[in-house]
Order: sequence, then C-alpha cells, then structure tokens
Amino acid sequence: MDLSYTPEEEDFRARLRAWLAEALPTLPARPSPEDWPGRRAYDLGWQRMLYDAGYADVHWDAPPTLRLIFLEETERAGAPYVGAGFVGLLHAGPTIAAEGTAAQRARWLPPILRGDEVWCQGFSEPDAGSDLAALRTRAWRDGDDYVVSGAKIWTSHAEVADWCELLVRTDPDAPRHRGITWLAMPMDAPGITVRPLRTLAGSAEFAEVFLDEVRVPVAHRVGAENDGWRVTMVTLSFERGTAFVGEVVACRRVLGELAREARANGRWDDPALRRRLGALNAEFRALWRLTQWNVSEAEQGGGVPGTGGSVFKLRYSHARQELYDAAAEVLGADCLDLDRPWVLDRLSSLSYTIAAGTSQIQRNIVAERILGLPKGR
Amino acid sequence: MRFQLTREQRALRDGVRQLLARRRDAREPRAALEPPRLDRALWRELGAAGLFALRLPEADGGAGAGLPEAVLAFEEAGRALLPGPLVATHLAAGTVPGAATGEAVVTAVDGGLVEWLAAADVVRGDASGAMPVRSVDPLTPLHRVPAAGAGAATVAPEPVAVLLTAAEQLGTATRVCELAVQHARTREQFGQPVGAFQAVKHLCADMLVRAETARAAVYAAAVTGDPVDIATARLLADEAAVRGARDCLQVHGGMGFTWESEVHLQLKRAWLRARRGGGGTEGAELLAADLAG
Repeated sequence: MDLSYTPEEEDFRARLRAWLAEALPTLPARPSPEDWPGRRAYDLGWQRMLYDAGYADVHWDAPPTLRLIFLEETERAGAPYVGAGFVGLLHAGPTIAAEGTAAQRARWLPPILRGDEVWCQGFSEPDAGSDLAALRTRAWRDGDDYVVSGAKIWTSHAEVADWCELLVRTDPDAPRHRGITWLAMPMDAPGITVRPLRTLAGSAEFAEVFLDEVRVPVAHRVGAENDGWRVTMVTLSFERGTAFVGEVVACRRVLGELAREARANGRWDDPALRRRLGALNAEFRALWRLTQWNVSEAEQGGGVPGTGGSVFKLRYSHARQELYDAAAEVLGADCLDLDRPWVLDRLSSLSYTIAAGTSQIQRNIVAERILGLPKGR
Repeated sequence: MRFQLTREQRALRDGVRQLLARRRDAREPRAALEPPRLDRALWRELGAAGLFALRLPEADGGAGAGLPEAVLAFEEAGRALLPGPLVATHLAAGTVPGAATGEAVVTAVDGGLVEWLAAADVVRGDASGAMPVRSVDPLTPLHRVPAAGAGAATVAPEPVAVLLTAAEQLGTATRVCELAVQHARTREQFGQPVGAFQAVKHLCADMLVRAETARAAVYAAAVTGDPVDIATARLLADEAAVRGARDCLQVHGGMGFTWESEVHLQLKRAWLRARRGGGGTEGAELLAADLAG
C-alpha cells in the first residue's frame, strides 16, 4: 500500500499547477446561471483552453491516477467544471470512441475535445427512470433514416446542445434489453421541442425533450441495430472511480469554511454541532481515501468495473446531504435565506441520492453484483 | 500512487487467516459459556507467529514490518475474535521482556477499563483499586478502574493503539457482513431466500458500504501514521463494526438473538472495543480541532 505519487505523476501535477496559475486569470467573467448561451460559450471556451494546453483528453486516455490529479488540482485552483461538456466528454464521447466506426469517431470526437460541440443525453423517459430498459421512444426505419417519436426527460443542456445521444426502441417485440438502439440525433432536426424543467432549487437545469417524427440518418447509429443497451453499458463504468474527485475536494473546503463560520458566530461552542462537524471531517477524509483506493484498483486493472463506484456513490451522496444539513445548523435562522452561502447547495444536494441511479438502485447493484444476493422480483 | 495491498501483504493476511482458522473454537459460542481463560500456549503460538514482534527491527527478533502489516494482522485477529489483550501486548513488544515472544501477557488501563487484568503479567497504567465487572463480552474479562482524582491529567491514547483497535473493528465489520450474506442466501421464507427481498438486501449493501469505506480509512492511516487519519479510521471502523453487527443480528432474525449464533459475540466485542480510548467524542473532538486549525 503506497499513497505516494511517482515522479511522473508529481511532474504532471507541477506542470498542471503552473499552467492553471497562468490560465485561470485569463478566463472571462462567469455568466449568470440563467444565461444558457453564455454558459455554453464559457464552458466550451474553457474546454478549448484545455485542448490548446494538451489536457483535453485527460478524461479519456490518461491513466486513472493522472485523471485524479487533474480533477483534484483543477478543483483546488477554482477552475470551471466540465459543465456543458459533461455528456460529450464523459459519456457520448467515450461511447463513440469504444463502439463507433472510424468515420463516426472522426466526425464527432474532435469537436468534443476542441470544445466546438455540446452533447446532451436522451436516455430517461417519463415512464422509464430507474427502469431505463422500459423506454418506449420508438424509431422506425424509413429508407436511410430512422423516424423517431417519443419523449425524453431530465435532459441537461438540451437548450444549447448540438447533439443528443439517444436511446430508442427499434424492436418492440424483442426482450426489452434487446430491442434498443443508440442514435446520435442532431438537435436542430425538425420535430424536436425542448421544454425546460424548473428544479426545486429554482433553476432550469434540465429539460423535457419531445420528439415528433424526427428523422435521424441511419449513418448516425452507433453499434448495431437493437444492440444499444450493450453499447451504452460499455461506458457506464468509464469514469473508473474518478466521477466525484472534484466534489470531494470541494466538500472538504466547504467543511473548513463551515468551521470558520461556526467559530465566528459562536455555534462552535455547542459540543454537539462541533462533533458533528468533526465526524463529517472523518467522513470526507475517508471518502478521499476510498477514491484513492478505487483509482489505484482501476490503475491495476482489477476489481469489478463500476461496482466500486456504487459503494462510493451510496456513501458520498448521503454524506453530501449531511454536510449541507450541518451547514444549516451552522447558519441558524439564516438557513432559510437563499442569499446566504450553502442554502442553494443544500437544495441541490437533494438530487444526489436520486440522479444517476437512486440509492435504492445502487443498493440493489451492491447486493446483487458484489455480495451475490439473489435477484428479487 | 499504488494504494492496494502488495503481493506480500496479501500473503501475510492470508497466512494470519489460516493460522487463526485452526482455532475456530475462539468463536465457538458454547465455549463462551465458561469463564474466559487466557490460553498461554496460544499466546506463545501468536508470539512465535510474530503477531507481537511484527514491527520490531529484525536485529531485535522482529519482522521489521510496518504499520500496514500490523493492521492487516489485527484485522484478521478482530475477524476471528481472537481473545486476549492483543493491542497492549503488541505495543509492549521491545520494552516489556517476553511480550514480543508471547511469554508475557501485557494489558493496559484504557478508557477506565482493563481487559484481562487477572491473566496479565504486566499492567500498563494505574490499575490500583480495579474492581471486576460482569463483562458484557463473555470472552473478555473486564475490570473497572476508579475515576482519577480531580485535576488528574487524562493521558491521550497512543495513536498506534487507536489504529490497531480500528483494524480489529474492520475485521468484525467484514466478518458480520459475510455472515449476514451467508444467512440471507440460504435462509428461505415465502418460498425464496430472504436475501432476495430488498429490505434485507439493502441492510447487507449498507454493511458492505460501511466496511469498505472504513477499510480505505484504516489502510490509509496505516500508511501515513498521521493522528488525524487514525482518528478518522477509528470513527469509521467503530461505526462499521457496531452498526454492521447490529444489522447482521437483524438479518439473522430470531437465530440472531440466541447464544448459539456468532453474531452476538461480534457485537459485544465491537461494543467493548468502541469504549477504548480514541473513539467516540474523543475522536470527533480531535477531528473538529483539525478543521479549526
């Protein structure tokens, strides 16, 4: 067991730090959260800077430890998040890289890396959430096109996306996992209606996408017809333990800020609150160690891909909610003031035990795939 | 960064597990009906196997190993419910004659209690006036030490002792998860294994999540030896052991409430270890102070 970094890894860290110190002051001002075109331009601009500096493909080709260092250092330096680039860089891109033809890789991957194009995800549907394989958006072959009709939901960045990685049902008579196809849908095609959804935090972070006989060329299909489920699952474990690196670093910083605030407003003298913050310190320190453990495991190519991620996500999503509940204790009556720090974060934290697989689904995965308990009905 | 067990470390863990598997009677609940006696032959066997001398330099008859190796060995000891004042004797190796080889049994005053006082050759700390208590853990005899007088300084626990206790708790957390899963796979009700029911499945998943998070914290603390990392490891491991044993008991249903089952022995030992210095509010305060620093 070794927690030290190799000279190559330390060198990567030092060069990245030096670059961040030079690059971040040149960033334009952050756009308002309501300004979608502004957010798109800002996020893509950052990706372009990463591309020019040689860091664009760190999510794809770098060994897991370098990816960990990249995410740790960018968060520490206060660099922008992946933002509008999320689906392209972390899901659609890797899927195309793994399953696409040479022509498809050449068409779609460079614009993602250069920060030219934005992707969104059309997986979930109103009646297919945790049970994704129940999806009903239909696609029929018509000449060289598929004709797609249905509805997708929880689609982030739909308003500003160029492409949508879309799961559609191409064979309604096949067993449900075997009748699904993966398509790249251009978001400017006729028949697409995007309706923003307001979250409980008040912002329009995602949208419903209605599809009314949208034509998608057959050449935009990645993988074989009816093989879309497998195509999608290939990359679900892609992040290999690094999905929440930046967030854990950020949570540890917030915890330090909470302690300072509690000292300033006198609540630090409450032993129950103080120990609660102490216990949260243990929690996030442990989550950092678990991250290092999972990344090392990925580095050695061992472990069951993706399942270590379920263990981490279960613990982390709960810890994040606990962190902001503790923040509310530190704030006292101010926890009801949306203009105070952490109050909006507390609202956003409520999505963590739901998004990307609810805690209940994650527990099923841990119990069935790691512990080997029988599947129930 | 290569934060995984090395081949040598895996071999050490497997070796200790095999050695202790030959002594399954330690976990045999019927044995726990008798008043516990410290088996001197076992103690010497543990000494010969290197459990106490593990971290001593080879020149002094030790194995020259580090904290990670000690933690792996103590995790196995915890898992096997190995009886005796293991942590105190390990810490005394090199300073108390005979401790390293298992000739001497060394115990220590910890958290106002002393484990195995009557069986010990050497007691560290002031055990004067110690009174025997009817121990909740049937396999660990306990004495209560009168509270120190007003103004007496409380001694901060030795970080290595705190960490080795965390390692034992990790062993229990892992073991009770395995026991629960074993039971949930084989026990049938309503025509299916109870482990097919999500209510049971989710208890088991949470046990694993707590154990694996604690594992990362315990192993990392063994690598760094840092007191804040050790406090982290201890808080997480205490939680994983105690809550894991409770959930394991629940998964076992009525059988979990009987003396026959191993579960209660794991739970009682986890409770006992959680009372040792460095856990609970003591650990939480240390971690709070780290935030404010």
